[in-house]
Amino acid sequence: MSDLPPALAELVDDFADVGPKDRLQLLLELSQELPDLPERYRDAAATMEQVHECQSPLFLAVEVDDDADHRVHLFFSAPPEAPTTRGFAGIMVTGLDGEPAADVLAVPDDFYTALGLAQAVSPLRLRGMAAMLARIKKQVRSATAA
Amino acid sequence: MALPADTDAKLAEYAHPERLVTTGWLAQNLGTRGLVVVESDEDVLLYDTGHIPGAVKLDWHTELNDPVTRDYVDGERFAQICAERGISRDSTVVFYGDRNNWWATYALWVFALFGHADVRILDGGRAKWVAEGREMTTEQPKPEVAEYPVVERDDRTLRAFKEDVLAHLGKPLVDVRSPGEYSGELLHMPDYPQEGAVRGGHIPGAASVPWARAAAEDATFKPRAELSAIYEQEQGLSASDDVVAYCRIGERSSHTWFVLTHLLGFEKVRNYDGSWTEWGNSVRVPIVQGPERGTS
Repeated sequence: MSDLPPALAELVDDFADVGPKDRLQLLLELSQELPDLPERYRDAAATMEQVHECQSPLFLAVEVDDDADHRVHLFFSAPPEAPTTRGFAGIMVTGLDGEPAADVLAVPDDFYTALGLAQAVSPLRLRGMAAMLARIKKQVRSATAA
Repeated sequence: MALPADTDAKLAEYAHPERLVTTGWLAQNLGTRGLVVVESDEDVLLYDTGHIPGAVKLDWHTELNDPVTRDYVDGERFAQICAERGISRDSTVVFYGDRNNWWATYALWVFALFGHADVRILDGGRAKWVAEGREMTTEQPKPEVAEYPVVERDDRTLRAFKEDVLAHLGKPLVDVRSPGEYSGELLHMPDYPQEGAVRGGHIPGAASVPWARAAAEDATFKPRAELSAIYEQEQGLSASDDVVAYCRIGERSSHTWFVLTHLLGFEKVRNYDGSWTEWGNSVRVPIVQGPERGTS
């Protein structure tokens, strides 16, 4: 996928290179590496947007730099008992954090199909990831329109 | 080779106390021959972050469903799934999982379709075990492969199909989804992907009893008297009723199926696993919108 930001393209390759079982392991590692929230988002429910499409409570905040590139920064809050949701959030942070707004908006809405997780995770659960990207884009759009 | 039942006093009040075990009972019986502990979660990775020692993982999305047809696996595949996990036909299988045992009861229901005799739920599930500080491990068990016979699934007794529900209209139905899904308003959320049904609302006559009302704060089942207050006194259901429960894809309703069948002793409860993702997409089936039950 040449139209993906480089870090996200690399992740997609990592997933594509291994079998279904190792894809789950990769997702587990991403869930464990999801960064802690900065102090300003300590109260997630009050300061962040909830991604209702995820079956577990997930909160998201998007910040866009006030420079020419409008670089995007992502923050997620998901409990440790929701490792799959945390893993999806980890994919977003690893793949998109620090990228220019235009590149984030250009990510195809169905990029996650290339991760090959449908078999290991089920298409139903993958909906959460589609919703995450849709909400990220929505916030980026409204931040860059202002 | 069934293990003895848990004689806990709270469990003894239920109609079929042998269908539940407490965390204490499980801790004492771990490793006993004839017992297999199965973790079944909403989150497909949760087991891998740590589980009850010796417990095996069973994921319904990827393992209990047929990968092509919208149906459960057949007898042959089921036998394989059991054998790989060290489950034989006479094993005592204790299910537990996250989210108030939602998926654990689903897995148990599927085992019941195949007529596996001794299936039980760990009362309080994963949450209670963890809250009590009991042992968890990431070590993967390597069960000895068991022999499991190929048995035909019984789809008539505990399972309802759309045609069965159409014929059932006018008799007790329990919709276990959230109030917003029941009234139909959740399908009208702007801007966001929809949840897989083209129409919102509920099956005419269905009572709205969200499944989690049967669960206590600590993820255990509420005591029998409290369950009876909800389903029998408040909703007017009785143990001899012919009841069909449904939700969106049949998972949350298997929790209610378990409560009605095993905890309150209802004699004929079926789970409609097609549920709203079938009904809400079907042509010319009756639907009621809004908070009222409506009639068919």
